[in-house]
Amino acid sequence: MSAREADQAGRPPQPDGKAVIAVSRLTKTYSTQAGPVPVLHGIDFTLREGEFAAVMGPSGSGKSTFMNILGCLDHLTGGRYELAGQDVEALDNDALASLRNRVIGFVFQGFNLLQRATLEDNVALPLVYAGVDRATRRQRARDMLAKVGLAKYAQSRPNQISGGQQQRVAIARALVNEPRLILADEPTGNLDSKTSDEVMDLFCALNDEGISIVLVTHELDIAQYARRLVRFHDGLLVEDTPVLNRSWHGVKP
Amino acid sequence: MNQRMIVPMLGEAWHAIGANRMRAFLTMLGMMIGVGAVVLMLAVGQGASAAVKRQIEAMGSHLFVVLAGSQQAGGARTGGGNATTLTSDDAYAIRELPGVTAAAPVVMGSYQLIFESNNWNTQVFGTTPDYLTARDWKIADGAGFDDSDVQAARRVAILGATTAKNLFGDASPVGQVLRIKNAPFTVIGVLAPKGQSLDGRDQDDTVMVPLNTAMRTLSGSRFRNAVRMIMVQAESDGAMAIVESGMKDLLRERHRLNGVDDDFFVSNLTAVANSAAETAKTMSLLLGAIASVSLLVGGIGIMNIMLVSVTERTREIGIRMAIGARQKDVMAQFMLEALMLSLTGGLIGVALGAGGAYAVQAIWQTAVEVTTQSIVLAFVVSAVIGLFFGFYPAWKAARLDPIEALRYQ
Ligand SMILES: Nc1ncnc2c1ncn2[C@@H]1O[C@H](COP(=O)(O)OP(=O)(O)OP(=O)(O)O)[C@@H](O)[C@H]1O
Ligand SMILES: [Mg+2]
Repeated sequence: MSAREADQAGRPPQPDGKAVIAVSRLTKTYSTQAGPVPVLHGIDFTLREGEFAAVMGPSGSGKSTFMNILGCLDHLTGGRYELAGQDVEALDNDALASLRNRVIGFVFQGFNLLQRATLEDNVALPLVYAGVDRATRRQRARDMLAKVGLAKYAQSRPNQISGGQQQRVAIARALVNEPRLILADEPTGNLDSKTSDEVMDLFCALNDEGISIVLVTHELDIAQYARRLVRFHDGLLVEDTPVLNRSWHGVKP
Repeated sequence: MNQRMIVPMLGEAWHAIGANRMRAFLTMLGMMIGVGAVVLMLAVGQGASAAVKRQIEAMGSHLFVVLAGSQQAGGARTGGGNATTLTSDDAYAIRELPGVTAAAPVVMGSYQLIFESNNWNTQVFGTTPDYLTARDWKIADGAGFDDSDVQAARRVAILGATTAKNLFGDASPVGQVLRIKNAPFTVIGVLAPKGQSLDGRDQDDTVMVPLNTAMRTLSGSRFRNAVRMIMVQAESDGAMAIVESGMKDLLRERHRLNGVDDDFFVSNLTAVANSAAETAKTMSLLLGAIASVSLLVGGIGIMNIMLVSVTERTREIGIRMAIGARQKDVMAQFMLEALMLSLTGGLIGVALGAGGAYAVQAIWQTAVEVTTQSIVLAFVVSAVIGLFFGFYPAWKAARLDPIEALRYQ
């Protein structure tokens, strides 16, 4: 593993670093009116501090289901999930909300920005729930917008900017509360390839700052921005390999 | 939920309402009407009881008027004060009953008053000093007459402020001599002004002279001692029942009625004033009923619109939860919005109610009073309704599952 990291730019993840995500024998069965729908059949997965994993797999293989559980948005049916050393299933709703607020930054395929609010207010929203004062909220939101290159759009609204820009705002929002983990479910799914590359450059830069990332994608060239590639098939994790010819060489976006 | 979140949440609630202005306005209509009716109801109620209080103060409290005449089966009084069965001695006898503080026999008539070149036609009362006690009338200038003036039938007079002004201008009439029905009277005092009575008469356009003087000099009654009425004051509200029955028994005995229909009629003036208050109370109750129904409808309207809002914004709720909103944060957000709707409706309602109260005053000439307490009450009621009817939708929003909410289309 260290041999792989040696020829790559950025800070290498420590192979024996602390696990941010530790999932064992994870199962998920949706209960529907038509009866139970088993989707995940026992996933074992560990993500260490500073790792960047891409998840690929056919449609319906359970990638989003997996991500939602990792993001504490949905509950698992069986197995165990530890986030930053905490057993997630043992936590109450408030504690889960707090994890989503402080530990995880979730990036959606559809951006999920509040259309009524300005970009600055969108980015600052997690800070509202963290109880941060107004002046700090403004400052941090502006810093984050600057970081994703959208400082001058602070007072615009989501419908006034492009999809790629909206996704960068969503990433700024995910980052504003300084999470250790970014979970992104097809973040480039709605973007053209040029904007996709810009967004991926941003993820790589964040990973170089030490943030752990799990990212779902259908495209191999997007997956190759990551350091590790995980494949899902029919609710099982069938392949977990390092990315050998990474697309990212430490060039700032 | 802490204080740092309140301000952005208030802003968001305001924007959420502003995004659907027409809908918010229609939702608030019920609150506006309800709160408006509450404010109007209280204004009319308070105004009426204040008016009755003023009336009783002006009239004197715990008062009876005893009139000559009989009461027929239908309750109609015949003969009015024109019968001659009531005498001044009846009044002096009533005066001695337990619980009676004053009993004043009254004769009256309209006469021409002359001072130098000034003429004035007014109502002249012949009575005893008890009359001033009973009605709680004060002498502003000079002095009143006493029992010896009545006994000796002295030609002295006390003028009401209007009469004094019309005959004497701004000069003090005390010590001057005027002519009533051509007989000379010395003015010994002027009454403190009392303004209009509730039926619109100028209470200051009057003259008081000793009873015996009036009987001998002015009315020249064929029936000695006959009086138009007797004004009786009981010492307290509690004593009124005893005084009333004591008075009736006494008069029946004095008039030797044993079994025959009464030839007098007792009217409780305080009760009459109170019945006016009762009418106002009934009107208040009616408004109160309208208010409660409107408030209920307004509250349900708020609940309905908040439920719609929660459904429409399910995805937004999911997004908020995904980035760290706790259930209580979502709850607080929707409660605040409901509260803002109800309070804004309440605010407009207060304005409508106060405006309506003054319109009622202008149109029907009834006294109204918009008090601070009623406005505070209206706001408290609005807040309670907002919280009560906002609770269920907010709870529904807070209870949403983050992932289900995010999936909602
Ligand atoms: N809420 C749900 N209720 C019932 N079944 C569901 C639900 N969500 C997902 N599924 C089913 O679970 C399976 C996995 O869905 P999931 O969304 O995780 O797939 P995916 O790998 O993300 O697919 P895609 O690449 O198309 O996004 C699918 O067969 C889907 O029909
Ligand atoms: Mg998916």
